[in-house]
Amino acid sequence: MAECRGLGHSVQRKEDARFIRGQGRYIDDIKLPGMLYLDIARSPYAHAKITKIHEDTAMAVDGVAAVITGKTLEGFKLAWMPTLMSDQQMVLPVDTVKYQAQEVAAIVATSRYAAADGAAALEVDYDPLPVVVDPHEALKPGATKVRDDKESNHIFHWEHGDADGTEAALAGCDTVVEQKMHLPRIHVASIETCGCVASWNPVEGHLTLYLTTQAPHAIRTVVALVTAHLGLAEHKIRVISPDIGGGFGGKVPVYPGYVLATAASVVTGKPVKWIEDRSENLQADSFARDYHITARLGSKDGKVTALKLDTVADHGYSDAAANPSKFPAGLYHIATGSYDLENAHVSVDGVYTNKPPGGIAYRCSFRVTEAVHAIERMVDLLARENGEDPADFRLRNFIKPEQFPYQSALGWEYDSGDYGAALEKAMDMIGYQDLRAEQAEKRARGELMGIGISSFTEIVGAGPSKTFDILGIKMFDSAEIRIHPTGKAIARFGTKSQGQGHETTYAQIIAEELGIPPEDIQVEEGDTDTAPYGLGTYASRSTPTAGAAASIASRKIREKGRKIAAHLLEADEADLVWEQGKFYVKGSPDRAKTIQDIAFAAYTNHPQGLEAGLEAISYYDPPNLTFPFGSYICCVDIDRGTGQVKIRRFVAVDDCGVRINPMIVDGQIHGGLTMGIAPALLEEISYDADGNITGGNLMEYLVPTAMETPHWELGETVTPSPHHPIGAKGVGESATVGAPPAVVNAVVDALWHLGVRHMEIPMTPARVWDVLNEHGAAATR
Amino acid sequence: MIPPSFDYHAPDNLEEASRLLLANPEAKLLAGGHSLIPMMRFRLAEPAALVDLRKIPGLSGIREEGGSLCIGAMTRESELEKSDLVQSRYPLLADTTRVIADPVVRNLATVGGNVAHADPGNDHPAAMLAYRASFVACGPSGERTIAASDFFTGPFSTCLEAGEILTEIRIPASGAGSGGAYQKFERKVGDYAVAAVAVQLQLDGGQVAGAGVALTNVGLTAIQAGAAEAALVGSDGGDAALDAAAEAAAAAADPGDDHRGSADYKRAVVRVLTHRAAASALARAREAS
Amino acid sequence: MSSHQISVTINGEEHTREVEARLLLVHFIREELDLTGTHIGCDTTSCGACTVLLNGVPAKSCTVFAVAADGAEVTTVEGLGNGGLHPVQQGFTEKHGLQCGFCTPGMMMTSKALLEENPDPSEEEIRWGISGNLCRCTGYVNIVRAVQRASELMKENSDG
Ligand SMILES: Cc1cc2nc3c(=O)[nH]c(=O)nc-3n(C[C@H](O)[C@H](O)[C@H](O)COP(=O)(O)OP(=O)(O)OC[C@H]3O[C@@H](n4cnc5c(N)ncnc54)[C@H](O)[C@@H]3O)c2cc1C
Ligand code: FES
Ligand code: FES
Repeated sequence: MAECRGLGHSVQRKEDARFIRGQGRYIDDIKLPGMLYLDIARSPYAHAKITKIHEDTAMAVDGVAAVITGKTLEGFKLAWMPTLMSDQQMVLPVDTVKYQAQEVAAIVATSRYAAADGAAALEVDYDPLPVVVDPHEALKPGATKVRDDKESNHIFHWEHGDADGTEAALAGCDTVVEQKMHLPRIHVASIETCGCVASWNPVEGHLTLYLTTQAPHAIRTVVALVTAHLGLAEHKIRVISPDIGGGFGGKVPVYPGYVLATAASVVTGKPVKWIEDRSENLQADSFARDYHITARLGSKDGKVTALKLDTVADHGYSDAAANPSKFPAGLYHIATGSYDLENAHVSVDGVYTNKPPGGIAYRCSFRVTEAVHAIERMVDLLARENGEDPADFRLRNFIKPEQFPYQSALGWEYDSGDYGAALEKAMDMIGYQDLRAEQAEKRARGELMGIGISSFTEIVGAGPSKTFDILGIKMFDSAEIRIHPTGKAIARFGTKSQGQGHETTYAQIIAEELGIPPEDIQVEEGDTDTAPYGLGTYASRSTPTAGAAASIASRKIREKGRKIAAHLLEADEADLVWEQGKFYVKGSPDRAKTIQDIAFAAYTNHPQGLEAGLEAISYYDPPNLTFPFGSYICCVDIDRGTGQVKIRRFVAVDDCGVRINPMIVDGQIHGGLTMGIAPALLEEISYDADGNITGGNLMEYLVPTAMETPHWELGETVTPSPHHPIGAKGVGESATVGAPPAVVNAVVDALWHLGVRHMEIPMTPARVWDVLNEHGAAATR
Repeated sequence: MIPPSFDYHAPDNLEEASRLLLANPEAKLLAGGHSLIPMMRFRLAEPAALVDLRKIPGLSGIREEGGSLCIGAMTRESELEKSDLVQSRYPLLADTTRVIADPVVRNLATVGGNVAHADPGNDHPAAMLAYRASFVACGPSGERTIAASDFFTGPFSTCLEAGEILTEIRIPASGAGSGGAYQKFERKVGDYAVAAVAVQLQLDGGQVAGAGVALTNVGLTAIQAGAAEAALVGSDGGDAALDAAAEAAAAAADPGDDHRGSADYKRAVVRVLTHRAAASALARAREAS
Repeated sequence: MSSHQISVTINGEEHTREVEARLLLVHFIREELDLTGTHIGCDTTSCGACTVLLNGVPAKSCTVFAVAADGAEVTTVEGLGNGGLHPVQQGFTEKHGLQCGFCTPGMMMTSKALLEENPDPSEEEIRWGISGNLCRCTGYVNIVRAVQRASELMKENSDG
C-alpha cells in the first residue's frame, strides 16, 4: 500500500498544480455570456447631504445601461442592510453620505471601461456637513451626530470581569503601570480585492452569486433573510466562493457592491460583475483595529495581580465588525494573556465617527491582537518598573504547565500550554544573553539596539456553539466524506480556504484517519449547493472545527468499515483491529481487509441489514476553543539619523499543538509574522480633520516587500490540545497577533535609557525620530 | 481604475512627433508611461492624445562622447543599472537608478521621462543638478541645449516649450578625482523619497575643487543647494566641512508637513543624508584619484 | 477614442485584434485573450500581480497600453512551462512559495527573468529582485527558497 502521509508530513500542496500554471479560478476570471459590469461612484466628502444626483450625466456615456441610486433601492427596501453586529449599513445613501469614498451610485454598463467612464461622468451635488473623526470628540456632548437614526454616537458599552475587585487589587499592588495606546486603523489588503458576479435567472427565480467570501453558507442565509420580502428563498440562492486571493478577515463582511451587483442583475436580467479597485478596497472596505486603550497592570512582590483595560473603539459610521453575536468586542477578554493573574476587568465603548464601517479582523481572531498588544506591552513595562529583565519577569509570572486546564480571571478555560518552554527555546535560539551583552556595549558607544519579547496566548476555533453564533447561526463547522467504490474519496467542507492549503491538510487528516493517501482524496469547499453548511474560514477556526469534523466523519466511516470488514473476513467485529488503512483479525495480521477492499465491498458486497455505501458527515461543535501560544523575540537596530528601525533578527517559537503539515504551518507563520511587523512599522490608514483619507492606495498604504521583511527564524514546541480529535490548534493568525508587541518592546528597549516608556504604532521613521529628537538623541550624520 | 479615452499616435520621427504635439495642445508625450498612465488611471491627467516615442530611432542608448556621458531620453532605468560604464564610472547615477521605484518598474521607466515629468519626488532631477547635466531638446525651431539648473520651473513643469521633446541627457564625463553618491531615504522599496540628497565632487590634490549638491522631494522642485556646495569647495572634505555642508543643505530644503513626516524631520533627514552622501562621494572620488 | 489594429505574440502565438487606444495590456491579455493567469492587484503600479515578460523583461502589464505592445513578444504564466513545468514553477511548489496563488504568476515571471540574468543569486539579490512584487501570504521566506531551488534545478538541467 502507498504510504499514506497523514499527520506530520510536509505533503506538497494539491492546489498548487493549478495556481502555478495560472489556472486558478478567481472571481475576476469568471466571465458569463452577456455579462454587464458595475462600477461605483463614491463620495468625495466625509459627511454631506446629497442634494441631487444627475443620473443623466452617466446615462449619456456610451455603453451605460443603468444607474442605480439609493432612491432606486429604497423602492425595493434594499437601501439599508444589516451588519453582522445587528447594526445597519447603507447599500447606497438615500440622502446623506457618512464617510469619504462611500458608495453613492452604481453604474451598470456593457464593459468595464464604459462603467468606469459612467462613474467618472456622474455629477452629484453635495452640501457638506460637519465631520467628526476623533472618537473621543464624538463622545462629547454636542458632538456632530453621525447617525440620524441613533440617539448619540455611543454604540455600546461592554464590560467583562470584576471591576471593583480589580480596582481593589490594583490599590493593593506595590507597583502599578499605566499606559495609553492606540492600535490604528489598518487594512488586510489581500492582493486580490473583493468582487462578485451575480447571475439572476428570472425564469427559475434563481440567483447564483460568485463571491469573494470566506463564509459562503452564512452569506447565503443573510442574502435569503435580506431579500425574503422580494420573494427570493434560500434554496434558490447558490453562493459560490471561487479561488480566493487572500482573505485575512476582509472577505467576511457583505459589502454594498455585492448587493448592488445582485440588484443590478435582477433589474437587467443579465449577469453583472463588480470588481473593486485597490483604492476602493483600501478606502471603503471594512478596516481592522482602531482601539484606543488605557491599560493598567499591577504587581505585588513581583507577582502580576491585576489588569484593567478601558477602551474606546472607533467603528466608523456603522458597527460592521464581524464578531460572534454575543461578543461586541470579540475575544478581547483574552487580555490576561499568558499570565497567572487573579483580577481583571476590561471595558469597551463603541463609537460612531465619519469613517468607513468595520472593526473586522486583520488576520486575527476577533480583537485578540488588541488584547495581546495591551498585555505584552504592559508586562514589559511592569517588569522594568520592578527592576527585572522582561524575560525573567515573564518566566516567573507565566501560568505553569501544571495549572492547565486553566481558568482565567476573565472566564476562559485555557486548554493546554507550556509557556516557559517556548520562551526559553526562543531565548536559546536568538542567544538572548549574548544580545544583552552586545546591547550594553553598543549603548556605551551611543548606538541604539533593542531586544523585545512577546509571549502571547491566542484563542481560536470558535464555537463552542453554546456561546458562539453569528446572527444566531451556531459556530460549528462541517465535513462530509464519501468513499467511492474504488477507494478514492471526495470530501466537502463548510469552510473556505483563501490560501491556507485546505485541499491538502484536510486530505491529510482523512488520510491519517482512514489510510487513504491524500492524493486519492478530492477536497471541495465554497459551493453552497454541494458543501455541507458551515460558518467559514476566519479566526483560525478551520482546523479546530472543520478539521475536527474531518476526523470525526472519518471515524464514523471507519466504524461502518469495521462492520463490512467483519462481514468480509467472516470475523466478529470485536475481534478486528484497526491499523492505519486496514482492519485485521486480532492475532492474525494476514487476515486483513484494506480500506479500499472495504470501500469496494460497500457498494458490491455489503452485509445484509446494513445500508450500502460508505460516507459520513459531521457537524463538529467544539467543546472549547483552542489556545495556541508562542514566544517571539525581536532584535532591532535604530538609525539615530533617520529614525529608521531595522529588524535584524526575529525568532518565533510557536506552539499550535499537533502539526498536520509542517511545511504549511511554517508558511502560515511566515505570512503571519509579516502581517505582524507591518502594522508595527509601516501600515496605517489615517484621516485628517475633514475626514479625508491618507493611505488610501498601495503607494501610501505600505505593504511590506521582500526588502522590508526580515528572514524569519522559526522554532516550535508541541503541546497538543486535549480536546481536539487530533490534538491540533489553529495557527493561521498566531504570528500576526504575537509579533507587533515584540517589535514595539524591542524599540522601547532600545530607547529605554533615554527615558522612553512607550511607542505608538506604526513606528515610522518620522515618529521614531521625533522621539529621538525630543530626548536629545537624534544624530546629525 | 480605467484611463480616459485618447487618440494614440506612434510617429517614427521627431519632426512628426513635434508636429503632432503642436497640432494638439492637449496632447502629451508617452515614454515609459510609468508616471503618466497611473495619473491617467486616476483621471488626474486626461490628455486628448498621446504621442508615443517608442518608434523613434536613436532615442535610447548610453555612450561617452565629446566629454559627456550621453543618455538617450528613452533609455530605460534598467539599462543604466546594467551598464558597466554607468556602474563603474558614474556612481551618483548608479546609486540613483537603483533606488528609483522597483526593479520591474525600472524595466520600462525612462530616464527622459523621469526628468521631463519633473515630479519633485523624482530622483533623477537632483542627480542631474548635482552633475551639472544638460538636456538636449528638439522642437519646431530645432535643437537646443538646456542646463539642468534652468530646466525645472515648478512641480511637474519644465522650460520645455510646446512641441519640444527631450532627446538626450548629457552629464560631464567622469574623470580622475571625481566621485558622487545618492542617498535616498524612503519608507519602503518603491516609495518616493522622504528626502534624498545627490552629491557630486571633484577632487584636486586632496582638496575639493568642485561640488554639486542637490535635494529631492523637499521643495516644489529638486533643489540645488548652492551654499552646501560652497561649504565643500576648497575644503579638505573633513568632518567640519561635511557638517557645514549638511547644515547648509538642511537650510536650503523647503519641505512641507505630510504623511512622510514633518518639515523639521525632513530637514533633519536632509542634514544626515548630505553628510552621508558627501562622505561616500569623497571616498569614491579619492578612489578615482 | 482612436482604435488600432495590433498584433501581439503571446506565448509564441500571434494574436491580431482591433483595440481601443486606452486598453491596458493586462485587460487585453485577460479579457480579449482569456488568459486569466495574469492578475490585477492594484491601480498604482505597486503590486506586480500583473507582471508579464514584455520582449523578455518583466513589465507591469497594468501600466502598458496594448497598442504600445503592438509587435511585441509577451510571455505570461500560461507560457512559462511550455507543456511541462518550468524550474521556477517546480521551485515554487516544492518550497511552498505560494499560498493563495494570487501574486504567484507575477512573482514567477519576475523570478524567471531574474534567474536568467543571474543564475545563482544570493538571498539579498533575490529579495531585491522581487521587491516590485507584493505577496501578502507567504512572508517571502519561502519565495526566496523557491527561487533558490529553481536556480538549482536550472543548473541541473543545463548540466544534464
Ligand atoms: C510604483 C512606482 C514607483 C515609482 N517610484 C519612483 C521613485 O522612487 N523615484 C522616481 O524618480 N520615480 C519613481 N517612479 C516614476 C518612474 O520612475 C516614472 O517612470 C518616471 O518618473 C517617468 O518616466 P516614464 O518613462 O515612465 O515617463 P512617462 O510616464 O511616459 O511620462 C511622464 C511625463 O513626462 C513626459 N515625457 C516623457 N518623456 C518625455 C520626453 N522625452 N520629452 C518631453 N516630455 C517627456 C510625458 O509627456 C509625461 O508628462 C515610480 C513609478 C511607479 C509606477
Ligand atoms: S496590478 Fe498592481 S502592479 Fe499591475
Ligand atoms: S500567495 Fe497570496 S499574495 Fe502571494
